[in-house]
Amino acid sequence: MGILLTKDTRLIVQAITGREGSFQTQTMIEYGTNVVGGVTPGRGGQSVHGLPVFNTIEEAVKQVGANASVGFIPAPGAADGIMEAAAAGLELIVCITDRMPVLDTLRAYHYVKQHGGRLIGPNCPGVTVPGVGKAGIMPGNIFRPGSVGLISRSGTLTYEVVNLLTRAGLGQSACVGIGGDPIVGTSFKDVLQLFNDDPETNVIVLLGEVGGAAEEGAAEWIAAEGKKPVVSFISGRTAPEGKRMGHAGAIISGNRGTPKAKVAAFTAAGVPVAETIEDIPGLVKKQLGG
Amino acid sequence: MRLFEYQAKQLFQEAGLAIPKGAVARTPEAAAAAAEGMGRCVVKAQVHVGGRGKAGFIKLADSPAQAAEHARAMLGASLKGYTVHQVLVEQALDIAAEYYLGAILDRDGKQIILMLSRMGGMEIEEVAATSPDQLLRLAPDVWSGPLDFQLQQMVFRAGLDTRVFRPVTAAARSVWSLFQRYDASLVEINPLVVTGSGEVIAADGKFETDDNALYRHPELEPFQELVEEDPLEAEARKRGLNYVRLGGDIGIMANGAGLAMNTMDVVAAHGGKPANFLDVSGGARAEAVRDALDVILQDKNVKGVFINIFGGITRGDEVAKGIVEGVNMLGVRLPIVVRMAGTREAEGRAILQEAKLTPANSAADGAEKIIALIGGKGA
Repeated sequence: MGILLTKDTRLIVQAITGREGSFQTQTMIEYGTNVVGGVTPGRGGQSVHGLPVFNTIEEAVKQVGANASVGFIPAPGAADGIMEAAAAGLELIVCITDRMPVLDTLRAYHYVKQHGGRLIGPNCPGVTVPGVGKAGIMPGNIFRPGSVGLISRSGTLTYEVVNLLTRAGLGQSACVGIGGDPIVGTSFKDVLQLFNDDPETNVIVLLGEVGGAAEEGAAEWIAAEGKKPVVSFISGRTAPEGKRMGHAGAIISGNRGTPKAKVAAFTAAGVPVAETIEDIPGLVKKQLGG
Repeated sequence: MRLFEYQAKQLFQEAGLAIPKGAVARTPEAAAAAAEGMGRCVVKAQVHVGGRGKAGFIKLADSPAQAAEHARAMLGASLKGYTVHQVLVEQALDIAAEYYLGAILDRDGKQIILMLSRMGGMEIEEVAATSPDQLLRLAPDVWSGPLDFQLQQMVFRAGLDTRVFRPVTAAARSVWSLFQRYDASLVEINPLVVTGSGEVIAADGKFETDDNALYRHPELEPFQELVEEDPLEAEARKRGLNYVRLGGDIGIMANGAGLAMNTMDVVAAHGGKPANFLDVSGGARAEAVRDALDVILQDKNVKGVFINIFGGITRGDEVAKGIVEGVNMLGVRLPIVVRMAGTREAEGRAILQEAKLTPANSAADGAEKIIALIGGKGA
């Protein structure tokens, strides 16, 4: 089972003929993902790693029954690619692309919503469901199937935590990188809801960072609706005000987006906040035990 | 990118909004010349921080000589760490009313919110906190934009002087258009002044644009050159690195923004002082490591560097080779601690040890080692 990706997922790769698209297609296939093809306009009829390439998503839907996509389209065309996927009826659209103009993301987000699809990202590492597959760039070898659900705004820090969990004998039900941009298609709250309803997930790890108020919103949601224990972590606790810390969304503006407010929100919601990432496996075990 | 007030006003004017008569000056003499024939004028320091009025960086002048005097006091002075290089000299307005008009990207609501209030001239956060009913909000459809009646409704609900409803409605339309046209994340006119003769004028302006969209706004490039920026941050940006100077003595390099933030947090938690935030993406290849180290070491306060890499798909031994090559290319003599995890990390660690770089097995271990190597916490 798992969330977002299932045995019925038929994934296509947008911009499959590019350097990143082609390389990551290989890692997704090696991880056992059901990748059924790719799309690059003008390259229809070619093949990449033995998979058919189509000119349009519409064709990929007709010919290989695609129902999900993962996109590596460069930023200027990424919003259009997301909307093409939504118009073709794909249920899940994962956008890895970084440096997308925020207003492009905003318009694409509303377009996808009107078409009944779900956007994950942009500027994210994607989704990995151990034992099922991955739509994105996470290193598959660090994962083990299990019952910890992970949600994060970052990439490598998430891999670190997955690695720590796996080494501590704690496998994962799914790992969702929601992305580091100010506007993302799927928020912490959305993924918390999915984990809440997922019988495979027993405990949730939420990795937040400075900037915005998504963590505060997540904490409120957990207090009101959460059915499963959550362990949280906030990075950028020593970040200065007014500076963008790599991620476009990681910026403290005045008294908004501060680590203090986020830690306070989680504490008020009864969610333990790990001091260091090394403390996370211990807190997870404690939550499972209690 | 944040624009200066005078730049924001330039964009307002192009969009059809009225702005006060004025000119930018970089010397007291130029300020006097600008004030010539204005009668009463106001001298405003051009810096990217708020609170100018209270700090004495906005002053009224009754003559060109007085304008020059104010400009002399402001130019070269600094406000909250920002040096004033330019002042805006503007004709003083005959103010009958001050409103607030703005548009902001609402991250969590995933919309753009237009805001209007009859309580202008003060911080809008304060209005929102103390008189929320005095702040009108409109979140138009992001594709079609606000409809005329929606804007009018907002203007009438805000309880403004009804004689100016047309120009204020037009101003709200202009703010929305500017937001879209320049890929803004914030546009603010505070105050939007109504003069004694009923004119509606944008008396102050804030404008922030999305750096990710700069590629499609070559018209904003001239504005960028004047933005005060840390020279090292500027150089890092040219090399495609995310670098932020933090002022300490331990250089930090990590792959990924989240990991880099966490690395500086861990160093600080152990009593060290991070010199910078640096996200070296691209799998820590030799050239990327060299570029990153080069930028870090140009900060002369740096006494040692802590490199924290998670080799995901890239193998640990390849990452280690990249780091060693990068270090050798620059002939670095300062202590370097490398913490590396992921696939084939044991092989990677052996390569590091051979190259006389200090390996660490966790972020905490690395933080302790680099702090000890540069001579403790006393720095």
